[in-house]
Amino acid sequence: LFYQVLNFAMIVSSALMIWKGLMVVTGSESPIVVVLSGSMEPAFHRGDLLFLTNYDHEPIRAGEIVVFKVEGRDIPIVHRVMKVHEKDDGSVKFLTKGDNNNVDDRGLYANGQAWLNRKDVVGRARGYVPFIGIVTIIMNDYPKFKVSFDFTRKFYLVGKQ
Amino acid sequence: MHTFLSRVNAVSAFSLSTLAALTFLCFASTFFINYTAPVTINAANIVLKNVPEYAVSREKNDLGALRFDLSSDLTPLFNWNTKQLFLYLTAEYETPNNKVNQEVHVTTHSVCVPSFNSEKWLSLSWGFQVVLWDKIIRRGDASLVSLKNQHLKYYFWDDGNGLLGHKNVSLSLSWNIIPIAGTLPTWSGTGTYKLTFPAEYTQGRTY
Repeated sequence: LFYQVLNFAMIVSSALMIWKGLMVVTGSESPIVVVLSGSMEPAFHRGDLLFLTNYDHEPIRAGEIVVFKVEGRDIPIVHRVMKVHEKDDGSVKFLTKGDNNNVDDRGLYANGQAWLNRKDVVGRARGYVPFIGIVTIIMNDYPKFKVSFDFTRKFYLVGKQ
Repeated sequence: MHTFLSRVNAVSAFSLSTLAALTFLCFASTFFINYTAPVTINAANIVLKNVPEYAVSREKNDLGALRFDLSSDLTPLFNWNTKQLFLYLTAEYETPNNKVNQEVHVTTHSVCVPSFNSEKWLSLSWGFQVVLWDKIIRRGDASLVSLKNQHLKYYFWDDGNGLLGHKNVSLSLSWNIIPIAGTLPTWSGTGTYKLTFPAEYTQGRTY
């Protein structure tokens, strides 16, 4: 039993190391995100997984898919950049819109905010895997599942011995 | 391997690993593909107005309007790992911004919407990019794009009055490849169109 516990702890800590390592390599505070809404259909559906990078030296261009957070809110939003404007002082501002939305995101930004800045961006979508993130959504929507999911996961690990 | 649970365990572990391997193959097999294609763009009926853009501020900004033709064959871009293409027509341009106390023009250059070539990245500079039109082509849809005299889908607002008499607005078509699994590259069509805006504003409703 002791070894099983140790094994489990090893798995958990290596998962954590990989996560933190990804954060450093990609430069993003959240290098893997789950798509939460249907505003980018048919490209991304709820539950898809996106891999992000957030390199400062790569400029944000129109047409890219960015994940951003509106100031003061915690929910990351995955939309596409519609307009990019750079001012003489080097600051960039841009406007986004979801593919499946009819209007741009000005309604989603903070009150009075008409553009997004570089600091609002969590990262640029660089890779995509469909469907895997459904697990996170299920666990958020139905907290009971989280308990049973944890149980089955532990059982699975134990069973693998 | 006798209990039901251990069988379920084995089957699910195997199917998950196979799925993961297939997904990785999808990603790896299309990582290096060049998704370029030739594009012809044409524009006409170019009109410029100067009206307040109320969603942003009370100031008057330049609003451009035009009709465009577009033709391109995008069939070679669809492979086993392409779920959809997101096409978008971008207008990019530089505007000289005269700072009040300076005599030198500070020009912000435009980002040429480049493909993911590292050599082109080195010659990048900054500027204005506006998406004027977009379209989603899903796998199985018609992949031959042939539009004539098309309206813009989105308003061509400038942030200020930079479009007046501008002779070097470049229109280009780019696409974002959405794979079944893998990277999300952006590529541009070879072939751009240079727009020139009139040196005076048009009043009233013209399209």
